[in-house]
Amino acid sequence: MEIGMLDLQPPEKGKALNTLVFHPGRCINCGMCLKVCPHRVFAPGERRVRLVKAEACMECGACQMNCPAEAIKVDSGVGCAAAMIRAALKGKDGEECGEECCR
Amino acid sequence: MEEGYAKETLTTVPQLGSKERNDHLKARIGLDRMGHRVRPGLYAIGAPERTSPVLVTANYTLSFDALRSSLTGRSVWILVLDTKGINVWCAAGKRTFGTEELVKAVQATGLASKVEGRTLILPQLGAPGVSAHAVKKDCGFKVEYGPVRAEDLPAYLDTGECTEEMRTVRFTLKDRLVLAPVEIRNYRWWMLLMILAAVFVPFYGPLVLAMTLGGIFLFPALLPYLPGKDLSLKGIVLGVLLVTPFALYQLLFWHGTFVFAAVVAEYLLIAAWLGYLGLNFTGSTTFTSRTGVRREIFTYILPMAVMAILGGIAVVSSLVLYAGWL
Repeated sequence: MEIGMLDLQPPEKGKALNTLVFHPGRCINCGMCLKVCPHRVFAPGERRVRLVKAEACMECGACQMNCPAEAIKVDSGVGCAAAMIRAALKGKDGEECGEECCR
Repeated sequence: MEEGYAKETLTTVPQLGSKERNDHLKARIGLDRMGHRVRPGLYAIGAPERTSPVLVTANYTLSFDALRSSLTGRSVWILVLDTKGINVWCAAGKRTFGTEELVKAVQATGLASKVEGRTLILPQLGAPGVSAHAVKKDCGFKVEYGPVRAEDLPAYLDTGECTEEMRTVRFTLKDRLVLAPVEIRNYRWWMLLMILAAVFVPFYGPLVLAMTLGGIFLFPALLPYLPGKDLSLKGIVLGVLLVTPFALYQLLFWHGTFVFAAVVAEYLLIAAWLGYLGLNFTGSTTFTSRTGVRREIFTYILPMAVMAILGGIAVVSSLVLYAGWL
């Protein structure tokens, strides 16, 4: 997952809390997103899954990676201020999580 | 330790001993950060047969040990990916626990000739790095996602299913507090300085030490109870709460106009400091998103900087008043 200094752009006003987009028309109801989501953002439905808790999405990207129908799009990345601030201050060198950080 | 995937099948046991406890303690306090590795390869635990399930994990000792210690009395295969000693979730983010590495591990260990089953059971938190349908296409193995936590594996292996509870990430008091020792290590020189200050500098020494400990222990402990959704705001609130007893003491027992400036300075500086610590805790939580954190940075950095500058001005004013009052 990229951290990237260019990420430090101000968020657009009035935009949703995250970048998760679900295209129900493409859903084949395979249920993979139901399995992989750590915050139960999707719920089972009759013919396709339902997006029920979009605000709980942490943009980990698991649903997008495992959706064989490309019905889910999310700009995945690390929700870590320390990494973003370091990336903004150090440029290229700051793009990795530090040695002292997440293991 | 030898590099790369072991060609031969390795063995392991579910029991953890003093060697493991020592290793886990070191990992928890941040010693030898990159040294907590397991040899990548295929492991037999118990007496697995060619049809036994294959579980996949990272080559970080805490991940591997959590997995095998949950498998008491079971006979299964464990495929350890080379994630450079990083846990499943973080490695999935970096794609070292990923589609490519998984396919590579399957091939390097000769898994297809050692087991008859064509299913791999992955921890759910590995899913951000792995595309199940791509793995199937690339090496013929079907990926199944097991529970988030290894402790739920026995139930999953028995039923073949996960409950909603087993699929949901938690962030319990224990989960939050286990992070504190690493923070102490990261701030070790600052901590030492604060402890010395607490001994030798009256009032302000203990004040700053209390704030440091508050940031390290109370912030994660009180996280769900502090008001607001943003971690910066939670930090600011905690700062205000922690300064208040010190401020009341000063207002009651210290005399002179400088006291008011000093109290204002303390509120502004400590709130800004703990707010910043709160912001930096985002990456340790199990729920912040990149979009949310970006918004939080842009909402709070400027107000916190202004608070810090005003706090600095208040410190100077207080010193001037104190000197004049003498």
